[in-house]
Amino acid sequence: MFKTFPTYTSLYERIWYYGFRLFCGLVFVFLMFPILVILPLSFNAGDYFTFSPEMLRLEAEGYSLKHYRDFFFNSDWHLATYNSFRIAPMATLLAVTFGTLAAIGLSQSHVPYRKVIMAVLISPMIVPLIISAAGMYFFYSRIGLQGTYIGVVLAHAALGIPFVIITVTATLVSFDKSLTRASANLGAGPVRTFFKVQMPLILPGVISGGLFAFITSFDEVVVVLFVGSASLKTMPWEMFNGLREQISPTILAVATVLVTLSILLLTTVELLRRRSERLRGVSAA
Amino acid sequence: MRALLLIAPLLAFVLITFVMPIADMLFRSVENGIVSDILPRTSAAIKDWNSQGVDDLPHENVYRNLLVDLTIAVKRRTQTRVGSRLNYEAAGISSSFRRVGRGLRSFNTEPYSNYFIHQDENWGDTGYLEQLFSNPRISAALPSSASAFRTWQTDFSSDQIITPDDFVFVALASDLSTLANDKVSDLGIDSLRTAHADIDQLSTSSIKHMFIEFDKNWGDVNLWKTIKTFSPRYTDGYFLNAVDLKRGIDGVERRDQSERIYLVLFVRTAVMSLTITVLCILLGYPVAYLLAHLPLRKANLLLILVLLPFWTSLLVRTSAWKVLLQQEGVINDILVTIGLVDDAARLVMINNQFGTIVAMSHILLPFMILPLYSVMKTIPPSYIRAARSLGATPFTAFWRVYFPQSLPGIGAGSVLVFILAVGYYITPELVGGVKGTFISNRIAYHISSSLNWGLGAALGTLLLVAVLILYWVYDRIVGIDNVKLG
Repeated sequence: MFKTFPTYTSLYERIWYYGFRLFCGLVFVFLMFPILVILPLSFNAGDYFTFSPEMLRLEAEGYSLKHYRDFFFNSDWHLATYNSFRIAPMATLLAVTFGTLAAIGLSQSHVPYRKVIMAVLISPMIVPLIISAAGMYFFYSRIGLQGTYIGVVLAHAALGIPFVIITVTATLVSFDKSLTRASANLGAGPVRTFFKVQMPLILPGVISGGLFAFITSFDEVVVVLFVGSASLKTMPWEMFNGLREQISPTILAVATVLVTLSILLLTTVELLRRRSERLRGVSAA
Repeated sequence: MRALLLIAPLLAFVLITFVMPIADMLFRSVENGIVSDILPRTSAAIKDWNSQGVDDLPHENVYRNLLVDLTIAVKRRTQTRVGSRLNYEAAGISSSFRRVGRGLRSFNTEPYSNYFIHQDENWGDTGYLEQLFSNPRISAALPSSASAFRTWQTDFSSDQIITPDDFVFVALASDLSTLANDKVSDLGIDSLRTAHADIDQLSTSSIKHMFIEFDKNWGDVNLWKTIKTFSPRYTDGYFLNAVDLKRGIDGVERRDQSERIYLVLFVRTAVMSLTITVLCILLGYPVAYLLAHLPLRKANLLLILVLLPFWTSLLVRTSAWKVLLQQEGVINDILVTIGLVDDAARLVMINNQFGTIVAMSHILLPFMILPLYSVMKTIPPSYIRAARSLGATPFTAFWRVYFPQSLPGIGAGSVLVFILAVGYYITPELVGGVKGTFISNRIAYHISSSLNWGLGAALGTLLLVAVLILYWVYDRIVGIDNVKLG
């Protein structure tokens, strides 16, 4: 905790050193506190959003799983969970398939209008969601996709594509092109080369792009509000409505479940990133 | 070539699912088909009218065409849509349209059909009219009546009825009275020539008079000016509205004080986003600096504290702030317990600008820390050491040597945070109350509640232009190829 300073360090420098660390610590608290505080609150036995005296005294009566029961046995939440897990994987699949192919195309030399194409493909990430949602609402109504499962999936796939493009192009930068030439030399066709040589090496990038696309769709609410319908409501939609109307502590239970999910996703992405850094290190040596 | 083949499917996909919707929105911000679609004949007839004063109302023929258009609109149940559209521009118009739509039956239009049928029984025969209007020269010379007759055939007629409704004859009277003598003779139809000769007789049963008798608003020049102003197919009206202007009687003017809301909202969105960006720099810069100077193992561990919020659902974080900032919430409880705040005077920290700024700074902070961190990692520590050994104080070494090198990170992070902030919808909607909402919330309101889609689209277009300019700046600073995630 306490650092041993060289003897010439002035008092002012010491204060600065601890002050700086204290400030950073407070920022970390600011980042984590809201997320951490809802975890215990979700086990609240009452219907309040604050710690009851029983909870603070760590008495068992203060805690209960009733909000989790509410989440697991309520038909609205059932439908929302079902829809979330029905929409996000489909959108991810579309985004990853199209995105990976395009990223491979974009990484080749001399692609005409590369900058323009890139700008168009990244734009769903930059354009404010409310604008995308409004445009999709208008346009999908015209072509009969508004309020349909396919409409929501297509919309979410479009929103996830930039993430796939970014992560896959990043892995492709370090991809050694001589490997595909070697594979061709040894008699493999382009398809075989792709699946046997290129794909395994860029897989970490593809998977983390996929996870980004998944979380984008899974967490998305604005587009669902406009392009979806009540029968297509997702978990964020249900949370949004819950927060806007009567706020019930069930939301905290849902939030806790979602935080657990993000911890899992984050761990996976981090492991993949380290693996890919290790692989890159090996190939560079 | 092969590269393009790989890119083409995605490009087509994004074009259909994303670019075309955006184009649709841009189109809706200038599109103004409602008036000319529902009142096509009135829109055409009113073109030549330029009012010279309060008493200078449109010609009788404009009223005749309005009667025809409204009769058809009532049948199709579309007359209220014109009213609501025009009501955006001049409050009160919609009730004039609603009332006249209901009262149209009481208008005595019989003299019109009688006039024609008494002259020649053929006029009362659908077959005769059908043959007449199948001649392209005639339907070109009598445009209102030709289209009115066809509409009557498809929408109104049944097998039992062989005489068209009165409104077809009203249209015919309007068409004939605008034609010159020689024009009618050129057409070479005797019954038309006879009808044309005495057409002025019909001015005794003036439709204009009936309208004004029924509702004096139809004798108001300003109502007609509004109809005329908004009858073209495309309009800049929504954009003018989006910047608190309107096309008044004498050209573009500012809206009344009480109606000026959008410029304030744009400014508020910009100012609050800027505040959030500055807060993120102040909070994020030290943290990124610390992460960049710790040993890698420790830095990776602390980085998780930044990444976890980044990966946590936006709604989870927003609801967490809602729980924390409430008057009966955790933060107020803590403040009361330690005695900083009296129990009776709990702080109002939510449903105002404070709530929005705190929650959004928290949500966007990782987007500042991550680019800053990746830039700071590349700054060689030897520069600072060199500056110190040349006699610079710690502050000078930082400010003159380190800080300038970290500027690209600040630029990248700031533009990213600002771009994301100006378009935020969910968080301001949930914790912003009335004073803490952004322009996005207003766009959503116009699209889902007030159904003034044109205005929503115009506001959206302005926001989009602002974001695209920032996107371009971001591309200049960072390059979209260099965007990194996680």
